Amino acid sequence: MITFMNNSDSEEEPCNERTSLMSAESPPVPSYQDGLQASEAGELQAHRKRRTGSSRSPNNIADGDVPDSRVPVRESALENEEEELTLKYGAKHVIMLFVPVTLCMIVVVATIKSVRFYTEKNGQLIYTPFSEDTPSVGQRLLNSVLNTIIMISVIVVMTVFLVLLYKYRCYKFIHGWLILSSLMLLFLFTYIYLGEVLKTYNVAMDYPTLFLIIWNFGAVGMICIHWKGPLQLQQAYLIMISALMALVFIKYLPEWSAWVILGAISIYDLMAVLCPKGPLRMLVETAQERNEPIFPALIYSSAMIWTVGMAKPDTAARGPSQQMQDEAEDGRENHRSPSHAESQMSETRSPVPTRPITSFEELEEEERGVKLGLGDFIFYSVLVGKAAATASGDWNTTLACFVAILIGLCLTLLLLAVFKKALPALPISITFGLIFYFSTDNIVRPFMDTLASHQLYI
Amino acid sequence: PALGLFLFTIARDPLRIIILIAGAFFWLVSLLLSSLIWFIAVKASDPRDEPLQKGLLIFGVMFSVLLQEAFRFLYYKLLRKAIEGLVALSEDGCSPISIQQMAYVAGVGFGLMSGAFSMINLLADALGPGTVGIHGDSQLYFLTSAFMTMVLIFLHTFWGILFFHGCEHRRWWEIMAVVVMHLAVSGSTFCNPLYVGSLVPSYLLMAAAAVWAYLLSGGSAQNLRRFLLCK
Repeated sequence: MITFMNNSDSEEEPCNERTSLMSAESPPVPSYQDGLQASEAGELQAHRKRRTGSSRSPNNIADGDVPDSRVPVRESALENEEEELTLKYGAKHVIMLFVPVTLCMIVVVATIKSVRFYTEKNGQLIYTPFSEDTPSVGQRLLNSVLNTIIMISVIVVMTVFLVLLYKYRCYKFIHGWLILSSLMLLFLFTYIYLGEVLKTYNVAMDYPTLFLIIWNFGAVGMICIHWKGPLQLQQAYLIMISALMALVFIKYLPEWSAWVILGAISIYDLMAVLCPKGPLRMLVETAQERNEPIFPALIYSSAMIWTVGMAKPDTAARGPSQQMQDEAEDGRENHRSPSHAESQMSETRSPVPTRPITSFEELEEEERGVKLGLGDFIFYSVLVGKAAATASGDWNTTLACFVAILIGLCLTLLLLAVFKKALPALPISITFGLIFYFSTDNIVRPFMDTLASHQLYI
Repeated sequence: PALGLFLFTIARDPLRIIILIAGAFFWLVSLLLSSLIWFIAVKASDPRDEPLQKGLLIFGVMFSVLLQEAFRFLYYKLLRKAIEGLVALSEDGCSPISIQQMAYVAGVGFGLMSGAFSMINLLADALGPGTVGIHGDSQLYFLTSAFMTMVLIFLHTFWGILFFHGCEHRRWWEIMAVVVMHLAVSGSTFCNPLYVGSLVPSYLLMAAAAVWAYLLSGGSAQNLRRFLLCK
């Protein structure tokens, strides 16, 4: 989900929330030969990043503060301004999301193409127990559908569990869960990844150095994601995490299952975010009611948050402190909040003497950006990575999927600007991606190959 | 060079990037449809009949060219609507991006995508071991492919400008000229591997299109001279 979230980004929980809630992260642990504890890890894994983020436009708070006499005119003027600003800066936000998605995909594709490990089949996740090595097509199809059903139900269960926890305010538990899973992600997966990359390029490295590197990487990552840190570093870490997760998925999901899962996930996302009883929507609404930020770590945010002290909204607004505030904005689900409207509004309102800011001490004048759940990143990268790994038309297919996903993202953001509430980011992009993948692989490829062999150009 | 164009002129403005990607997308869709047609035709015909296959291929190429131009037109229509929307939304009543810029970016989008699709597998294979032209094919395969791709990308850019200009001012002959040029360029590649037949005309056409587009965009010989002399 694309939402506007102000929360600090705690690490994405390896669980669920593809789009917003990633439930099944990758339970690769069970299948590892090193014999990790499957179930526990699996659970943690399953806890995907949730895309929580309800974005509540700060307008709500803002408007409430405007003195009554000027409220009607102000509000309507502000609203218009806001809308214009929203759409005007729309392109900028789109690009702010394009760049990380592109980076993530590039990392995934580069790894897939170069490191053999991720394309070898070394077992399956415990969530996809049915093998696809069956002789008949029908059997294989059946197995993949069953795998999908299992995976989706795991995700749903995880999501509902998370929502319940959130509803009953078991914050400690959730935070602990998040921290644990992000720990595992940062250390274990990075270790494996690094190991494989070094193997591929035949670089020797001794254990102490490796330990040092991974320790530093992991520690900084934990701090950055769960606590405070420079925005760009945080974004970089989130991208890396998503890429690692996507790589794990690519490796451990059998072929047909992967495609069916992608399709099913986008349908699930659509339902979970838009249906009134959908878990994600409930999560967003609950967070909005409580005026809390949704879990950090599950959302990628493209904005800087400016913390503004109460006293001088004007001057303070100019100083971007890049700290993620754990505060109020609940950006939930794909919400693109009018970013600059905030700062503009604060300026217009500064002559207003009193601004009772009750519950949130610092009203952030944020330069709101768009927030996109990490699950979305992961699934986009899974799509493109799978295309790179398994397509025989190699780069053409990958490129086609890439463009399709970007266009889907564009359209989704457009819808976001129109509807102004949380939206699922997966369906459109994944649909386009899937269509383009299958059609490019099967139909365009022979055409291009024949053209290339005769050196004809269209 | 196309990448240079991209970096210097497009990467700054996010709106242009979006238009670029959308342009690439439209080209992709046109490619998809045209290859679908070709695919059906091939499946429906006899695979062992060589001349027929060649004929089908030629037909496929021509059809693809026509489809590309059709999609360029569709894209133009979409961009017109978008400009109206942007103008309505902007504060000072004028669009942040002009139709000519859009034409340029759209052309680059088309060009990049077509170039990428033509070249990228080639490049990937070029990284691996092997000898060029070992079976009696031309040894200049890679070089000529590179040049051809570059000329095609530039041509797409110029055609974009010309095409949009023609649509704006309702000069049908301009549009027809673009279509004809495209067909001519594709047709000239049929002469490959007799590279003289394909590269030279393509470059000539490109030069012509460049001059034409430049003039249409408001340039003139004077501007050029001033620019070159850095006044």
